[in-house]
Amino acid sequence: MQHDHSIILNNIKKTYNKGTLVAVENISFKVESGELFGLIGPDGAGKTTLFRILTTLLLADQGIASVNGLDVVKDYKKIRNCVGYMPGKFSLYQDLTIEENLNFFATVFGTTIEENYDLIKDIYIQIEPFKDRRAGKLSGGMKQKLALCCALIHKPDVLFLDEPTTGVDVVSRKEFWEMLKRLKAQGITILVSTPYMDEANLCDRIALIQKGKILSIDTPVKIVQSYPEKLFAIKSSNAFKLLQDVREYAGTETCFAFGDALHTTFKSNEEGVLNYLKDKGHNDVSIESITPGIEDCFIELLKN
Amino acid sequence: MEKVIQTEKLTKRFGDFVACNELSFDVDKGEIFGFLGANGAGKTTAMRMLCGLLKPTSGKASVAGFDVFTQTEKIKMNIGYMSQKFSLYDDLTVSENIRFYAGIYGMKTKNIRTKTQELLNELGLQNEAKTLVSALPLGWKQKLAFSVSIVHAPDIVFLDEPTGGVDPVTRRQFWDLIYHAADKGVTVFVTTHYMDEAEYCNRVSIMVDGVIAALDSPVNLKKQFNADNMEDVFYQLARKAKRSDN
Repeated sequence: MQHDHSIILNNIKKTYNKGTLVAVENISFKVESGELFGLIGPDGAGKTTLFRILTTLLLADQGIASVNGLDVVKDYKKIRNCVGYMPGKFSLYQDLTIEENLNFFATVFGTTIEENYDLIKDIYIQIEPFKDRRAGKLSGGMKQKLALCCALIHKPDVLFLDEPTTGVDVVSRKEFWEMLKRLKAQGITILVSTPYMDEANLCDRIALIQKGKILSIDTPVKIVQSYPEKLFAIKSSNAFKLLQDVREYAGTETCFAFGDALHTTFKSNEEGVLNYLKDKGHNDVSIESITPGIEDCFIELLKN
Repeated sequence: MEKVIQTEKLTKRFGDFVACNELSFDVDKGEIFGFLGANGAGKTTAMRMLCGLLKPTSGKASVAGFDVFTQTEKIKMNIGYMSQKFSLYDDLTVSENIRFYAGIYGMKTKNIRTKTQELLNELGLQNEAKTLVSALPLGWKQKLAFSVSIVHAPDIVFLDEPTGGVDPVTRRQFWDLIYHAADKGVTVFVTTHYMDEAEYCNRVSIMVDGVIAALDSPVNLKKQFNADNMEDVFYQLARKAKRSDN
């Protein structure tokens, strides 16, 4: 079944602890069919709550949501058949082998490994040499690949991936996003969450989310374009002293360390800061105007 | 320069598997030392040896002046340790957590009282002293966990992915605490998956397949690998890894 929008959330609210803890509030967005959509935000933002509502594992207090045109409350059984879900916590059977886990999930969905092998082939061949090893004995990267295979084995229309790359090193993260690109090319709609801001650029569209509220939804490019300030990168060899000095400068609006540079905005303009820093003893200081990244935008949006 | 960590050909084998293969490096007092590596490169094993939790197979190493083979209890008393996964007791209050850890490290009751006040003031948590840690935002928990890990004024603190999962502002505030501690002479040994944080370290080592593949200041590493940033340096080294993670 194909729809223009694979996922629709309308004014979703969810609280815990008898209403005292608001997990998410006023959440409305749509994910188009075939889109790779990212939920970007730190722990406690409400990402997992949204995943659990959409995969029919949790009831919202308020609002309506649908997946593939199916209502998450009324049609929960149908949704479970057409979505794949990879939770943030490893949730396969530790005492079954790779092959047994995959077989189990295929059988539960009334299919076989062979029937949809094409979809998982790329990923499965990487763990196939260990197919007789129990899931509990696998490395983190292999568990991640197995979990993705199990979430795909019934050829879902929509794939939900909750923080698949958390705690994973840079090389494995790159590999994982390559896999996602190939799945997207096969027409699968993907909702993926991540705390890593640099992964935002790999999504078609993103929602920046913090403390249960959406800060911004758009394409990564447009979010960057809507950054309201002029941003500068300041560098010098004594980075820690530079950070203290730029923060103390009367004309500084915001100043945050980004790797080897300080990303800085000014109350009026940048004129004067170079001389100030030279007076403070920074002889090799440089300043240049830069295009912000998603992390700069996130920090800017947190101000409000 | 005083050395807080010294290792020479430090090796750990598990059966045929060489988790750490002849690690030789020093860490200076007051240094922020970044300890990076791909998943499974042997970082955790190395850290466990340095913290006195795992006996090495061969080689030599001392931490805070104590031998990792024979003086592991002394090491544990003289280091701090914080990991993202576990540090504080959720069902104790803020001040109870401080008291608990200070007690574990053998501080006297009177000192604990003064130290608790000092910490609460430093962190701006005066009004939260009697709040259960479970009710604190993650960012505050991490700052508290860090302060608690150095409550006994150790020579060195080990931070195992301390900033995982927090928002970008809190992550940077956490690094302010790290700088502040290093400025006071505490040596900081830190692992992270955020490559921008590698740039904040004085020196960085990168482990690949059980060996230290590179060790230098971020500036020198970028020169050596002709890279724009530490992510590129890491990528060049770690993609050659043959070992997968564990």
